[in-house]
Amino acid sequence: MSIGHTLLGLLESGPRHGYDLKRAFDEKFGHDRPLHYGQVYSTMSRLLKNGLVEVDGIEAGGGPERKRYAITDAGVTDVERWLATPEKPEPYLQSTLYTKVVLALLTHRDAADILDTQRSEHLRSMRILTDRKRNGDLADQLVCDHALFHLEADLRWLELTAARLDKLRAAVTR
Amino acid sequence: MTPPPGSLLTAENLRKAYGPTTALDGAEFSIHPGEVVAVMGPSGSGKSTLLHCLAGIVTPDSGSITYDGRELSAMSDAQRSALRRSEFGFVFQFGQLVPELTCVENVALPLRLNGTSRKEAERAALSWMARLEVDDLAKKRPGEVSGGQGQRVAVARSLVSGPRVLFADEPTGALDSLNGERVMELFTEAARSANAAVVLVTHEARVAAYSDREIVVRDGRSRDMERLV
Repeated sequence: MSIGHTLLGLLESGPRHGYDLKRAFDEKFGHDRPLHYGQVYSTMSRLLKNGLVEVDGIEAGGGPERKRYAITDAGVTDVERWLATPEKPEPYLQSTLYTKVVLALLTHRDAADILDTQRSEHLRSMRILTDRKRNGDLADQLVCDHALFHLEADLRWLELTAARLDKLRAAVTR
Repeated sequence: MTPPPGSLLTAENLRKAYGPTTALDGAEFSIHPGEVVAVMGPSGSGKSTLLHCLAGIVTPDSGSITYDGRELSAMSDAQRSALRRSEFGFVFQFGQLVPELTCVENVALPLRLNGTSRKEAERAALSWMARLEVDDLAKKRPGEVSGGQGQRVAVARSLVSGPRVLFADEPTGALDSLNGERVMELFTEAARSANAAVVLVTHEARVAAYSDREIVVRDGRSRDMERLV
C-alpha cells in the first residue's frame, strides 16, 4: 500500500495535523499495522518537498509536529492518478512455492507434503480471518474478504498443483 | 489401535472398493464432541465415501468405526438406522426437503417420525428455525424459498432431534458465496451451541475455514493435518 497516497487522500477532506493523519490512517486502514509517527513525518516531508502538500499553519509553541498540512492541486492530481492506476497482481507466493515443489521433486522428496502443509497454514490464516469477520463490522468484513479471496486463490493453485504432481515430476526430472 | 481419548466417532484403517475402484484405502478419522472437522480433498478422493461409512450408510469392506464406544459393524441394520435417526443429523447439497410439506413441517419431521406430538415437534422446529433466522418461512413450502433459505431450513431440521454428530456433505455447494457464508456461520454457531460434532465434507477452503481442523483425503487415504503439523 502506498502510505503517501493514502495520507494525501485523507488530506483531501481538509487540512490536518500529522497526529490527526496518523489517527485517521490507523482507524481506517491500520488494523494490522498502525503507522509509526516517524513514518508519518518522513512521508509528509517528502510530500512537502514534492509540492503535493503545503503547510497550512503552525500552532504556537509547537515543534515541527504541530504543523498543519493541506493538499495542493498537484497532490489532488496525484491521488487521482494513483486511484485510476490498477495494482500489479503479485505472484510472489506461487513462485516461492513452485520453487519448493520443483526442488522436492528433483530431490525425490514428498512434494505433496509441502502442498498439504502449506494448505494447512493457509487454512489457519483463513480461520483467523473468518473469526475476525464474524465479530467485525462491515469494514472488517470487506478487508477480511479481500484477504480470504487471495488465500483461496493460492489454495486453488495448491490443489491444481497437487493434482498435477506426477506430470510435473515427469517434466522436471526428464 | 484404541480410539483417541475422548473421541466420539473414530474410524481406523477403512477400506472400501466399488468393483475395481478403490474408494477408501486405509482411511482414518476421529472427532470429539462439539468439534467441527472439515474433510477436504479433490473430487473422487473418497471424501463422500468416508462420510457415508462414518454415518453408517455404507458398510466398509474392512476396518473399524467406533461411535461412543460401540462398534458400528457389530450393530444390526435396525440398530444402525435407529442410531442415524436419534444421534446423527444430515445436511446435503440440495434436494433434501419434502416439497409437499411446509418448512416447519419439514423441520419437525424427524421428531414426528420418532413419535413426538405435532404440537411439541413444531414448537421445537420453530425454535431451531429462529436460530437459523428462517422462522418467518414456517408456513412456506420449499419451492417458495431461496436456495440459501432452504439450506438453513435443512440445517434446522438436522439439528431438531438433538443429534450428537452432524454430517454435512458440501452443504453450501449450490449457493453463492454470500449465502453460503451465512449458512456456514449460522450452522456452525448452532452446532457449537448444541455441542454437536460436525463432519463437514467440502472442497471449498472458505467453507473449511469454519472448521476447527481439517483432514485431507487423497486416493482413499486420509491425513490428519493437526497431527502432521
